[in-house]
This record gives sequence, C-alpha cells and structure tokens, in this order.
Amino acid sequence: MYRYDDFDHRFIDERVAQYRDQVRRRLAGQLTEDEFRPLRLMNGLYLQLHAYMLRIAVPYGMLNSAKLRKLAHIMRKYDRGYGHFTTRTNLQLHWIKLEDTPDILAELASVEMHAIQTSGNSFRNTTTDPFAGVAADELEDPRPYAEIIRQWATLHPEFSFLPRKFKIAICASKEDRAAVKMHDLGLYLHKNEAGELGFEVVVGGGLGRTPYLAQSVKKFVPRRDVLSYIEACLRVYNRYGRRDNLWKARVKILVNSLGPAKYAEEVEQEWLASDREAIAIPESYIAEIASAFAPPDYDRKPVDEAALERTIASNPAFARWVKNNVHPHKVPGHAIVTISLKEVGKTGGDITAEQMEVVADLADELSFGEARVAYEQNMVLPHVRRDKLFTLWQRLDAAKLGTSNKDLVTDIICCPGLDYCGLATARSIPVAQRIAKHLAAKEDEIGNFNIKMSGCINACGHHHLGHIGLLGVEKNGEEVYQITLGGDAGHNAAIGTIIGPAVKSDDVPAAIDKLIGVYMKLRQDGERFPETYRRVGQAPFKEALYAPR
Amino acid sequence: MLLAEDGALGVDDWHHLADDEPVPASGLVTVSFARWQLDEGTLRVRADKLGLRLPNTIEPKDIAGDLDRFALIILNFPKFTDGRAYSQARLLRTRFHYKGELRADGNVLRDQLLFMRRCGFNSFVVGERAIKENWAKAFSEFDVFYQQPTGGQGPWVMRQRLGPRNP
Repeated sequence: MYRYDDFDHRFIDERVAQYRDQVRRRLAGQLTEDEFRPLRLMNGLYLQLHAYMLRIAVPYGMLNSAKLRKLAHIMRKYDRGYGHFTTRTNLQLHWIKLEDTPDILAELASVEMHAIQTSGNSFRNTTTDPFAGVAADELEDPRPYAEIIRQWATLHPEFSFLPRKFKIAICASKEDRAAVKMHDLGLYLHKNEAGELGFEVVVGGGLGRTPYLAQSVKKFVPRRDVLSYIEACLRVYNRYGRRDNLWKARVKILVNSLGPAKYAEEVEQEWLASDREAIAIPESYIAEIASAFAPPDYDRKPVDEAALERTIASNPAFARWVKNNVHPHKVPGHAIVTISLKEVGKTGGDITAEQMEVVADLADELSFGEARVAYEQNMVLPHVRRDKLFTLWQRLDAAKLGTSNKDLVTDIICCPGLDYCGLATARSIPVAQRIAKHLAAKEDEIGNFNIKMSGCINACGHHHLGHIGLLGVEKNGEEVYQITLGGDAGHNAAIGTIIGPAVKSDDVPAAIDKLIGVYMKLRQDGERFPETYRRVGQAPFKEALYAPR
Repeated sequence: MLLAEDGALGVDDWHHLADDEPVPASGLVTVSFARWQLDEGTLRVRADKLGLRLPNTIEPKDIAGDLDRFALIILNFPKFTDGRAYSQARLLRTRFHYKGELRADGNVLRDQLLFMRRCGFNSFVVGERAIKENWAKAFSEFDVFYQQPTGGQGPWVMRQRLGPRNP
C-alpha cells in the first residue's frame, strides 16, 4: 500500500489547516453559504436533508487496518456509529456537524487519508480493480498509475473549476471489474506491438440524465505520457465543455456533440502542441511508486486442499460462501475474498464501526493488514490463505458480514435515496430491501444477476448498467419506479433500455420477480441476463410485466 | 484595488478604454480584444505600454504573435466557477512565454487566489474585503504542491524539493 512520506504529510496537514480556517471564517460570518459551498465541497462536505454528509476519499479503494480502525473511531465519535460505502469506493458519513469537520479531517490525516475532491467540479477519486495486484488475469498492477494520477490531480490549479466533475478509472486485466466505460475518462492498460506498456484511452462515459459509454479516443498512449494526454483531454474539455446548463456540462456531452472522432482530433492537436516531456513520468518514479504495491511475503507452504474440500462438503453454508465470495488468486494456496455488505434486509454498502473493526482485525490476521472497497459497495480481503477460509468465514458470519451473495440478485447496488439525499426524488434503500427479501430464497437458482437502483436521475446507483435497473421518480406525489433491462458493466458494457411505464413502489418486487421468471425460462446454457435479453428482445419481458391479469 | 502576488495592495494605474472611447495619445491603457482587432494599426504605433482584456472564450494562440506588444493581459472570471481563464493563463505563460503582468478580474475570491497564482497570474482585482480579511494570507497556505503547472513539473520533481524520500 502507498505510504505517505514527509511531503504528503506536509501537504495534507496544510490542507487541513486551510480548511479549518475556511470553516472558522464561515462560522464567523465572513463567508456566505454561497461562497462556502464550493470550499466545503472540495473537501467532500455536502449539506443534505437532515445534516451534513462527509464523503471521505478511499483512493482506488485501498484501505489498511489502521485506516479502518480510524474510520470506525470517527464513525463512533462524530456520527452515529456507521458509514456507507459508495460506488466511487468512498465512505459517506451522513450525520456530521460542520464544526466537527476540521477535527475529522485532522484525524483522517493522521492515517494518511483525506476528503479532497470527493465532490466539486474537478477530478474525483480514481478507481480501479478491487482485485488489483492479486488477480490472475492481470497484465500489471494498475495501482501505481492510480496513485500517480491521484497525486498529480490533487488540487491541480488548472483543473479545479471544470464545467463539471471528472471521474477516471483504470483497468489492467482481462475482465473489467472497475466499470471503466461509465467514466469520464477510462484507461485500459495493454501492450502495443512493440511490447511496450501503455493505455487505451476512452472518454465520455457517464450515467445520469443522458447515459453514454466512453468511446475510444486513442488506442495507445505510452505510460510515460499518460498525464500529458489526460491533460490534453481536460484542456479541451475546460475550453469547450458547456457551462450554461448543469445537465449538459459533463465531458460525455462534449464528446457526443462534437463526435468522438472530432473530440479525439482536438485532443491530439492539443497534446502535440503541449510540452509532453515536462510531465512525462520518469521510469524511476513509476518504479518507486510501484514498490509501494509490491506483493506481501506470502506463506508458500502448501495448503491441504483435501481438508478444505472436506470442510466444504460438510458445511453447505460455508460451501455457498466459497462458491460465491471466494475468487482465484495469482499466488497458489491463496484466495481473494469478497465481504458482502449486502445482508438481506439491511442497507447495501452500510457498515457499522464494530464491523469495520472486525474487518481490521481479520485484515491484520489473515490478509497482511490490507482491505479494499469495490465499486459494487462490498469489501475485499485480497490475500487470504485458503486453509484460513473457514476461520475467516466463521468470524465474518458472527459479525453479520458472511453474506454469500456476491454478484447474486440480492447483491444490489443502491444509492442512499430519499432517506438521506437532498437530490433524490424517491426512496431507494427500503425498495432494495424489499426486493432482496422477496428474491433471497431463489437467488442461487437465479445465479449471476445485477440489480442496480437509483433514487433520482443522477444515477449514483448505476441503474443504467443493471441487468435490471430501477430509477425512482416522483409522479403526482407518488414514488414510482422506471425499469430498464439489459444493462451491463465491464468490457461488454451496455446501457439498459426502458421497458415501459413505471411501476408503483409496492409492486416492484413482484415485477422484478416476473422479469426474472421470463429470463429463467428462456435462458440458454450459461447465459447471463443481458445475453438472453439481447437474444430474445424486449417482447417476452414486456408481455409478462404488463399483460392484463 | 489590486492585490499583487507578493500580497501587496496597490491601486490600478491603468485606464481601461471603453470600445467607443478615443485612443489617447499617451498613457497606460487597456483595450478589449475586439478593439485590438479593430484598431491594431493605431494601437501598435503608440509609444506607451498597452494592455489587453481577453475574454475567456478566446484562445491564447489567437494573440500569440502579438504578446510582446502587451505589458498587461487581463483575464476574466465571469463566475468563480468558470475556470477557463486558468487554462488561458497557463498557456500564455508556458506555451507562449508571455512575461508581462497577468491580471485576474471578475469574480475573484480569496480561496481561488492560490490556484490563480499557480497558473501564472501575478495581480488580482479585489475589493475592500481583501484588506479586512487579509487575503494576502491565502498565498502562503501551502508550501508544497504535487505539481508546478507553470514549470510543467509533476510530483516527482516537487517531492525532491523536500529532500530524499522519508516516510
């Protein structure tokens, strides 16, 4: 894991002091709320329905036990003892007092954390594969690049007042576990014909009111040039991106109004005119940052796989967890474990301070002190010996963290919705809870299935990319839910299509049940929902959902 | 009132010529970009220094050939959230090597001053609040940064200024 040096510590301490003074000026009446808003937003502080919400950055989802314990402490001392992981792998605390926020940031700084640029019209948290560095299908660890981008993008003076927010994601493996194509800018690490490492750059993805998938603008940018190329992408956006209409200000609108080819041409010209050498990343710096992500000292003693098999055979609940939540690791005898934060009936992505401390202890004992956050609002222990899986599961289960539903129908991505958020038009958490309860009994039979739900058009719950997506809207004083079908994240990303009129809140679980019933009847060998949907089309689903009873 | 990059407050001794105002024979004047395009010939032959007020929709490359004629360029922030002038400033300084005074005007607020200076601005049009609230302090809130945009340097250079890596 990347560790701060004197430089990073000094920077973060100065940032805390600057923010402390901003809060002091606000409380003293020197700053109006209008003037203070952008300042607090640059530190992730929102004013929501009931209180301030603080969004703490978890750069590319990486945490360690010290950070986890500090977060637990903050959740207990300054909030109500729990927090909420977001689809940007950040942590939100929903019951914060303004006057406490400088102290919270100081506490975070003590464990090398911050809330910089978790909001505002600038670079947001760069995300990557939660299995980075341990995935069997990975070309190279993407985290050093994510960290270099984090550093370079932090309080970048040219790009702190863009037309709108800007999100970057990086993928370095065969499977895209970071939903790269829904980002403003995505980087796919690959090798060119000469065998050099570099990135394919895709730009213009984003969900919200007008969903687009990012389009390729350059097939290969040498890794040393990635910052100058991103800078060119940003400068074209800063110059031409719309500022007259909040809903048309993201780079996706620019890319699609110019056309991806024209946008790419503008970027290329800007890039060629720029001093690329000035911020070409030295090999030595890539190596230096990469050394912070060197693999831990794994215990290479062989694992008694036969014993593990016997435990699995004699314990169906454990067997289920291994099947769903345990993933292949590149080092023999080890596994990557997903800790589901989607216990049926609870709020997806929520975690209590006590649970966070359990994860910290388990990370220390069984995963070299390391844990991660995945954009699906789950956590990951990246380095678990297979002969410790049973112990791990028992202890997770005792802390209500042993839910075996990774990528199943109850593993729902869901935004906070009208229960917390000032932007929401409908509730999402209670609806997701009812869906999960309704479908839990047959989730194994259904198999891989992603339901994603947002409580407003801003699409924080990624509903466009759900196999089934739900968008809560308010219609004549009633909360109703629009259903989209066929969305998908990853390399085969697709934006779902609206199937028909919205359904009432009470009818949502039964409606989804019907749609899934059609899928189960029509699916062919191994087909996931999006594939079946593309093959058979909308008609059978529409018929099942809207046919008169 | 003008705030300089070193925190000093001063008065503006330039006259900002309206587009329908005749060009005086002498004295420091600034003109709009439109006026510059219209009266370039007249303006070029004046002995005194000239300043240019550049809207944030004009690309620096469009005036790149004339930069040695201007002792002052004023860039505008219609709203502090409109960050186009940051890119203009940086390009003027780094790509086109403009060496004169670069002034920020418009919705210039205390907490954006440092961003502006780091992009190459060296004077700022401010109001009375700047004295009362000691805006000059904003320039010294940080002494380390991850990037030096006017020097075109990344975190690897900025770190070295603090000496060898010491976690």
